[in-house]
Amino acid sequence: MNLTLRVWRQKNAHARGRFVTYEARNVSPDMSFLEMLDVVNEELIGREQEPIAFEHDCREGICGACGFMINGIAHGPKRGTTVCQLHLRTFRDGDHLTLEPWRAKAFPVIKDLVVDRGAFDRIIQAGGFISAPAGAAPDANAILVPKEDVELAFDAAACIGCGACVAACPNASAMLFTAAKVSHLGLLPQGQPERNDRVRNMVAAMDREMFGGCTNMGECQAVCPKEITIAFIARLNHDLLAASFKGRKPPRTAASP
Amino acid sequence: METRVGLPAEDPAASRLDAEIPPGPIERKWERHRFDMKLVSPANRRRYTILVVGSGLAGAAAAASLGEMGYNVKCFSYHDSARRAHSIAAQGGINAAKNYRNDGDSVFRLFYDTVKGGDFRSREGNVYRLAELSLNIIDQCVAQGVPFAREYGGLLDNRSFGGAQVSRTFYARGQTGQQLLLGAYQALQRQVGLGSVTLFIRTEMLDLVVIDGRARGIVTRNLATGAIESHVGDAVVLATGGYSNVFYLSTNAKASNATAIWRAHKRGAFFANPCFTQIHPTCIPVSGEYQSKLTLMSESLRNDGRVWVPKKIGDGRPPDQIPESERDYYLERKYPSYGNLAPRDIASHAAKDVCDEKRGVGPGGRGVYLDFADAIRRLGESVIREKYGNLFDMYERITGENAYRVPMRIYPAPHYTMGGLWVDYNLMATIPGLFVAGEANFSDHGANRLGASALMQGLADGYFILPATVGDYLARTPPGGVDTGHPAVEAAEAEVATRVAQLLGIRGMRTVDSFHRELGQIMWDHCGMARNEGGLRYALGKIPELRQEFRENVRVLERNEELNQSLEKAGRVVDFLELAELMCIDALHRAESCGGHFREEHQTPDGEALRDDERFAYVSAWEYTGTLARPTLHKEPLAFEYVHLAQRSYR
Repeated sequence: MNLTLRVWRQKNAHARGRFVTYEARNVSPDMSFLEMLDVVNEELIGREQEPIAFEHDCREGICGACGFMINGIAHGPKRGTTVCQLHLRTFRDGDHLTLEPWRAKAFPVIKDLVVDRGAFDRIIQAGGFISAPAGAAPDANAILVPKEDVELAFDAAACIGCGACVAACPNASAMLFTAAKVSHLGLLPQGQPERNDRVRNMVAAMDREMFGGCTNMGECQAVCPKEITIAFIARLNHDLLAASFKGRKPPRTAASP
Repeated sequence: METRVGLPAEDPAASRLDAEIPPGPIERKWERHRFDMKLVSPANRRRYTILVVGSGLAGAAAAASLGEMGYNVKCFSYHDSARRAHSIAAQGGINAAKNYRNDGDSVFRLFYDTVKGGDFRSREGNVYRLAELSLNIIDQCVAQGVPFAREYGGLLDNRSFGGAQVSRTFYARGQTGQQLLLGAYQALQRQVGLGSVTLFIRTEMLDLVVIDGRARGIVTRNLATGAIESHVGDAVVLATGGYSNVFYLSTNAKASNATAIWRAHKRGAFFANPCFTQIHPTCIPVSGEYQSKLTLMSESLRNDGRVWVPKKIGDGRPPDQIPESERDYYLERKYPSYGNLAPRDIASHAAKDVCDEKRGVGPGGRGVYLDFADAIRRLGESVIREKYGNLFDMYERITGENAYRVPMRIYPAPHYTMGGLWVDYNLMATIPGLFVAGEANFSDHGANRLGASALMQGLADGYFILPATVGDYLARTPPGGVDTGHPAVEAAEAEVATRVAQLLGIRGMRTVDSFHRELGQIMWDHCGMARNEGGLRYALGKIPELRQEFRENVRVLERNEELNQSLEKAGRVVDFLELAELMCIDALHRAESCGGHFREEHQTPDGEALRDDERFAYVSAWEYTGTLARPTLHKEPLAFEYVHLAQRSYR
């Protein structure tokens, strides 16, 4: 099959970008989308043109490195699928596809389809953890967790941090990403002691990173490759409200033991 | 070329390697050693800088734990986030000898299974410690909030994995590696927030700095800006994963590479058992020329899936038209006591055999069926969906086939490397101050790793072993004393800059990937699932030729000073082209079959691996001598006091 690609090319963070059209000829419907880009890139190198930069690693849909917009949809048209697991059999011979990087103030473009998602790490640093130094843990079965709670926690924990939710959101909000971590840890008994601080600190970090606010558009859950639902956003809002009634602890500092 | 391919002579003057296993009964070694080790007092820890390269299970766990203890830690990852490390892709589970099933498990049994599973080519002392620590790992991960599968009563659930007759594998759906890594990643990010760990992302280690015989620093390249920089410290930890991508097609992530350990090897660290590679039996078969990687289907599927091929040669009928009596459930037939849960090396080898007999299925005949029809009939589709739903979905996305209706097609693929940098009991390489953890070292799996043991080893190394042993080393080393202006640092930095400039200056005709594919094919054909002397000698002739062509004819475009993915790949392929030669040298010298190293000349009458304990019950540790074709072999003899050396049987 043949495809026509309009691809965003941008030399570096400071350069102006533009769309360039490429033809992907005689590609197999059994190829993954990224394998098709590999073929296009090999041809570009053959013609001494710079290959298209795109982020990828595991190509199994779990590392969260890959992702760009295909015709305006994050990770492309197939639901619950990262772009590395999207196969060309999803498209028709002769399709025209526009490939763009995630567009969000908090995710500056580094090159072509590659963006900087460091803001996600900083949200986790603000509270997306349970403080449990190695060596201090009780026996694993001493903590009972009802099966339905752990299953729900897992649904949230499945987030791969790809950033599709932000890219799809008209406000470029990171609410689904943040809510997934708040919910994963907040649903477990181990996560209770830090629950209030966690939600307050993570939401504050999200705001600092210049992500937009959530207005319940639901675009995020439509593109999430792990099909994480906005019910977790409701859970975050509930926790945030509850935390606002509780006294604030002094902020964590590097000097405290 | 023929002068290159002789077997390297052993250096008679070379001393036997001593792993410094503590004395005493095996169940007391680690406890006693921990007491004997020196400590660094909490107030002094911040005066020491530890460089941790890699942020997978071993690296993130080590960096987080050492940071928590108060050391000044710098952690490096070539990804855009520490969370992307390839540990994330591990599916099936993690072993721990908890005996929560009351099915006869114990620390000793996990130790025994692992030594036997590794075909008696691992160290008893290390493996016993790993089995002991497995208990703490599960506790630690649960405390961090890892959402392991649970029973309705709220207790942890378990499943079975290959090479074991007990259920000791803890799991989080088919995404155990992801959840364990996120636990370690979150612990790491917490330390970053607290200021005890500094994280360098998009930063790739390209060389090791050795000063006065000790590892004191690394040279890195910033992948976004091209900046070549140095970092110095009091100890260096490499947790940079395995080298299966030497085969080009493997289950590893695209960026997984050997550069960090290979550069350390060229600076003096011995490389142990490089030919011990694991070919995983259950991967989705290759579908075309363009294929960029292979995808694993978790071993856990063999709990409920039955492996078979047609009895008749060249039987082209669709699977549902082949009656039961004309199917060969060859694992159940050959290994009745373990059946479909035979260990990985044995299951892979058996799949190759039936395909070599032209009984393979699917395009090209390189595939066998993994059939769930019986399990679906017995348990119902919903139970199978609950257990393996995400794997069935992944299979359908890749192949377009619904495995609830037709059997999966699977074939072995390179997956894990048991070989790696040689380390002693303290996980220290032959360069003092250089520690190696996780898949990057060779320590615990011998010639074959059992399923669900890689996650266990990475976390044991990172959470529990390194925090003790690195401290012991530092307690005997005064802090600091070296800065980035040191001549050795500047020299290493200049060498790295020269290598980068050379790659950009070749401007040849072939892409990096085309070289990598060609290397992978040579390795798969001659140093893959089965090896023989003729094939290995052939490969040892071809690899230097390919390396030479690479130096003259590779095309890397653009420049160093910005994101340049071809340049990144080129640097990694250069190192694979060198490592491949050492793998073949090691495979040629080891004239026996053991675990994943199957030498066709050495097999039992019924086609099983035939070890030669008289001649090869040792770890081969190779020293770089300045000439790739002539490394020096050092031997670490292996003694078996607790597990009786015997031919491995799973019948």
